[in-house]
Amino acid sequence: MEATQATPVKYDMEVVRWFTIAAAIYAVVGTLVGVIIAAELAWPFLNLDIPYITFGRLRPLHTNAVIFAFGGCALMATGFYIVQRTGATKLWSKGLAWFTFWGWNLIIVGAVISYPMGWSQGKEYAELPWIIDIMVAVVWLSYGLNYIMTVANRKTSHIYVSNWFTMSMIVMITYLHVVNSLCIPVSLTASYSIFTGVQDAMVQWWWGHNAVGFYLTAGFLAMMYYFVPKQSGRPVFSYRLSVLHFWALTFGYVWLGAHHLQYTALPDWTGSLGAAVSLAMIIPSWGGAMNGMMTMSGAWDKLRTDYILRFLVVSLAFYAMSTFEGPVMSLKSVNALSHYTDWTVGHVHSGALGWTAMVAYGAMYHMVKKLWGVDKMYSDGLVNVHFWLATIGTVIYIVALWVSGIMQGLMWRDYDEYGTLTYTFVESVSAMHPYYVMRLVGGLIFNIGTIIALYNIVMTVRQASALRSSGAVPAKA
Amino acid sequence: MSDHDKIYSTKFQDAVERKTVLMFVMIALAVAVGGIVEIVPLFYLPNNALCSSALAGNDPTCGNTQHIGKDGSVIPMDKIIWNPATSAHKTLEDWVPGDGVRPYKPLELAGRAVYIREGCYLCHSQNVRPFRDEKDRYGHYSIAEESVYDHTFQWGSKRTGPDLARVGGKYSDEWQRRHLAYPRAVVPESVMPNFAWLADMPVNVAETVQTMKVLTIMPFNPTPKTIYTDAYIDGAAAQLEGKTDMDAVIAYLQGMGNHVKFEEGVNYRD
Repeated sequence: MEATQATPVKYDMEVVRWFTIAAAIYAVVGTLVGVIIAAELAWPFLNLDIPYITFGRLRPLHTNAVIFAFGGCALMATGFYIVQRTGATKLWSKGLAWFTFWGWNLIIVGAVISYPMGWSQGKEYAELPWIIDIMVAVVWLSYGLNYIMTVANRKTSHIYVSNWFTMSMIVMITYLHVVNSLCIPVSLTASYSIFTGVQDAMVQWWWGHNAVGFYLTAGFLAMMYYFVPKQSGRPVFSYRLSVLHFWALTFGYVWLGAHHLQYTALPDWTGSLGAAVSLAMIIPSWGGAMNGMMTMSGAWDKLRTDYILRFLVVSLAFYAMSTFEGPVMSLKSVNALSHYTDWTVGHVHSGALGWTAMVAYGAMYHMVKKLWGVDKMYSDGLVNVHFWLATIGTVIYIVALWVSGIMQGLMWRDYDEYGTLTYTFVESVSAMHPYYVMRLVGGLIFNIGTIIALYNIVMTVRQASALRSSGAVPAKA
Repeated sequence: MSDHDKIYSTKFQDAVERKTVLMFVMIALAVAVGGIVEIVPLFYLPNNALCSSALAGNDPTCGNTQHIGKDGSVIPMDKIIWNPATSAHKTLEDWVPGDGVRPYKPLELAGRAVYIREGCYLCHSQNVRPFRDEKDRYGHYSIAEESVYDHTFQWGSKRTGPDLARVGGKYSDEWQRRHLAYPRAVVPESVMPNFAWLADMPVNVAETVQTMKVLTIMPFNPTPKTIYTDAYIDGAAAQLEGKTDMDAVIAYLQGMGNHVKFEEGVNYRD
């Protein structure tokens, strides 16, 4: 996949190194905030009557930190890494890449201040105040422009499949962010959407589901198509399957948002259409997962010794699992039970922890070794420990919320023999307590894994720097 | 023929993979379709959206809903959305529940801002679904027109706490005050945070007045100038004087869900 040529290319990898370290740090912070709010749900006194740390203000901080700080930095690190290496060319603009890095981090600082202050637009996963929204648009376009121009400058004849996926993410997120953020400000920190009610709901979930579909899926599939072949040393199983996977996903995912609004005041046809396309999306999603899995053909034995490969393979298993669960939950009869319950939260986390975070860590470990020119991590054993903590934490988390979600849904609709509701609402709340504790445990285990990863990455970097300054090994990347 | 000239798929796919601009354009087109198909028609629903704005022009269907009454006739829009011109009650002060969906009064608007600020929508939905258990638990299912004035909709996606779409009038102001301050003093099993500090925070008068001004210039589904008149906006500050965020949230909650008088046996689903 990399063009062989006479003179080796001098890649711009310093910005990739910074994004990688940033991603490892934000993963710890983002999941830690998640642990805190999970504890607040289990034991509400932990809100401590302090406005800045109540659940309602920290929850957007958690979602935005893991999606945009951790996920964003991982995407930009791998994006800039892949686009250079698959095109055998350096970045179009090194200066612009640094603008993207510092701009993105400035936005994250802005979010960390805004959310505890309650400066929220009240749209899920798009709560940032309008001023920061404008910064997001500018920085995102700087990333997109640099990326696409680097693709255009490539020395290879064809654009590699990872870059298709990243380009589709760049285009779609631009559409989504601009349209969903249209609002009129009433002060520096507050604004109201120009849309109302039904239209605003549809626009919001068009954004909401495609932030998942393009940011957390297309962008991370780009990682899958590069790092699975690289780490396993096998070519992508099927080129044709990747073409199908790409176009079906790019065209189809956009339609899914409406399934978040089944049985609400949104016209019925919209939700039905969303559910129908959601079902159809099982095919490309599983095609893609299969393509990644089959790439391992002939290299399965490596799973015994290669812990990085374990992250990549298990992430694909979670990808397949949650892209089956999602369409099932979009069906009206299932959605009638699952909507508004913890099942939805569990589903999101099987995707976000099991698929997105696992594939990102696989990619990050792979990159760290290349970027700092070392043959192995500071401790391969700790990679393995992280792998098991991540897997077990994710499983505990999603199992807890499957049980609590389905139980909630069943309790709400249960009738006794006199034809009256069996349970009051608050009985369903108290029934959730053990599962909220269990979820907290799962999240905490995952969080400990991210701390170990950060430690391992930092120690690897320090070791590499020490070796380099003593002149023992030449820097590779 | 070198390996790089061989076509492994179709000619078109091969061309797309070789030309950055072509790939960019194809992606931009492919991702645009779904959004256009699902979102644009919603702006042409006869019972909301463009109909209440200047963009509708003289569309005669705009005066009607899609709902069919028991006698087979179409229910007129002013039965669902309050229209001061045809209603017996001409001002927001005279409006009574059942007159139809109306814009928020100043204190309610301030309370809505607090509701958004504190992230209430993350645990409380505002959309009752058309199921028997939800009717018994919350009341009549929500209809599109009821959120016509909700800039930044607050339907939510999770019920860690109960739905609030029909909470207006269900509890007394005093119950709401005690519950918001210390939920577990009233409902021991609750997991809601204490919001006692809301009672110490004065409402943001300037921002609320500015919000009213902004709502009258929104491009879609505007709050008509005939309702938020300049004189009404000028008088808003006086209504907000001395009120706290707690008063505001309670006003917002108490005004929720009782605007429309629903008739038995009519299908209000779109």
